[in-house]
Amino acid sequence: MQWTELIVFSVLFLLVTVMGFVAAKWQKGDTLEHLDEWGLGGRKFGSWITWFLVGGDLYTAYTFVAVPALMFGAGATGFFALPYTVILYPIVFLPLVRMWSVSRVHGYVTPADFVKGRYGSHWLALLIAITGIVATMPYIALQLVGLEAVLRSMGLNGSGILGHLPLFIAFVILALYTYQSGLRAPALIAFVKDILIYIVILVAIVYLPSKFGGWGEIFNDAQAKFDATPVKTDGVLLTGTNQLQYATLALGSALALFIYPHSLTGILASRGRNVIKRNMVALPAYSLVLGLLALLGYVAISAGTKPIVNQATGRPDTNTIVPELFGHNFPSWFAGIAFAAIGIGALVPAAIMSIAAANLWTRNVYKEYIKKHATPAEEAKQAKLASLVVKFGAVAFIVFVDPQFSIDLQLIGGVMILQTLPAVAIALYTRWFHVYGLVAGWIFGMGYGMWLLYNIANPNVGKQHFAGSALPLGKLSLFGWHPFGNSAVQIYVGIVALAVNLLVAVIVTLIAKKAKVFNGTDQTDPSDYHVDEDSPRVKPVAAH
Amino acid sequence: MPSDHKTGLRWSNWNLLLIVPLLMLITPWFNQDEPRLFGLPFFYWYQFAFVPLGVLCVGLVYMKTKDKPVVTGKPDKLGVDDLDEGAN
Repeated sequence: MQWTELIVFSVLFLLVTVMGFVAAKWQKGDTLEHLDEWGLGGRKFGSWITWFLVGGDLYTAYTFVAVPALMFGAGATGFFALPYTVILYPIVFLPLVRMWSVSRVHGYVTPADFVKGRYGSHWLALLIAITGIVATMPYIALQLVGLEAVLRSMGLNGSGILGHLPLFIAFVILALYTYQSGLRAPALIAFVKDILIYIVILVAIVYLPSKFGGWGEIFNDAQAKFDATPVKTDGVLLTGTNQLQYATLALGSALALFIYPHSLTGILASRGRNVIKRNMVALPAYSLVLGLLALLGYVAISAGTKPIVNQATGRPDTNTIVPELFGHNFPSWFAGIAFAAIGIGALVPAAIMSIAAANLWTRNVYKEYIKKHATPAEEAKQAKLASLVVKFGAVAFIVFVDPQFSIDLQLIGGVMILQTLPAVAIALYTRWFHVYGLVAGWIFGMGYGMWLLYNIANPNVGKQHFAGSALPLGKLSLFGWHPFGNSAVQIYVGIVALAVNLLVAVIVTLIAKKAKVFNGTDQTDPSDYHVDEDSPRVKPVAAH
Repeated sequence: MPSDHKTGLRWSNWNLLLIVPLLMLITPWFNQDEPRLFGLPFFYWYQFAFVPLGVLCVGLVYMKTKDKPVVTGKPDKLGVDDLDEGAN
């Protein structure tokens, strides 16, 4: 047991716990009994709060442990996280402000609310909502993987159910203050999380390389390690077969990120269009940190860091690479701060994701199908309860199911959420697609994507199915026809599935238009997409 | 606000700058070890250089398009019937 680390960690954890409960009173509106308040923090966060909140939301604890772990294990392919988070902002800069404006005029809380308003179809909205919930759940579970990696590094590495007890306690606390304070809790805690992360990374990136002979030496050590493995696709540079995978994974991930419900929650909680635009300029500061952090995977190779064996599963857990690197090379008080940064880094996104999932459940399932005339207060109550269910579902997932399953599911989740791109993102610009086309595209894109993922095997780790998202082009077949021969060049499955989705959507749209099938009623007006915070047309907050 | 009561898409040629960071996806341009900078292979520092480049491009678009649509009232890609439905 590492007592110094544990004490520093506990003190900081206690601090954010207090902040989480106090947050309910921070900048509070007239009532918390409304989704605008509980689920969107009153829709009034300014540039700074939004920067911390969205930064804390997108750059999660799991990212911070998994990306270096990927670099440690596979090399350059893990670095896709940098191009992913650089091209992200130019891509979403224009659509996000449109989404904010139309949501502000009509009081939309979730992406599915927008789809329902745009197409007048609650069935399409239900499809989007369910996709969002299913894709978000494993993402929450993964935050626990990040948190647990830290707890186990501090010596809380028990076996069996008891081994998960520290994790369980941390999550009960998180669940309670999220229940009480809503989105304000992660917004306030994000300040602590992000400041800690910045301090830790800056120190790590200056101190650790000098300790192991400088970057030149570190990269040579990494290449020597990858040369010694039988695997052909690893190395500090990309190979002939994984460059397309690298680029398409970065692109697909960037397209997917802001259609995840939790990312949109952070955006819709902001005060106005300029807040969002300024953040699109300022958020890449986190990308820089993520890129530097990724390189720590190589530092861990030079340092000879060994992943610790998870007593609950009996396997070495590569996600413990960064915590172990910090634990062995920093003084214990600073290692405690680093562990707290990662641990608290898990709480912020977990809270926002559970709120986003709860909003989807409440707005697009509960209010739509279970209690049509629910009052705003009943909606808020329902969402609070749903956030508890979602969080305990995630804990149960980690405790009773192999964590590897969550990692697989999150991989699948990315491919799934991409299938909502036509209905959520393209619909911001045009209603050209027919609602039938969108539904058909979703079904085919989803089905094909899942089938491709199911068939990806990795003999190196002994997995027959769901062993990654890199698909050799040679495996692509259309009723037995292989358009790319037996090419070993890899591509990201999500992009292939999205292409199928769009193709089907176009074909069905053309047919439906030819047959003059009714395409739903659009409740939005073209001018809604440009409305800003000082317009008389914005819907009053927390009113119905 | 000038943005109210205007229809359709707003376009500025400055928006084209948003495409520039996407050049980072062309991996054959930078998938090499030399020249190194501070010990970092070209592959890594080239991509790090795109972080400030991306900020510059998005920042410029933000500054240059503030409340100043260059082309206004450009028609949406909607049919007349759709627009009528929207106004109801």
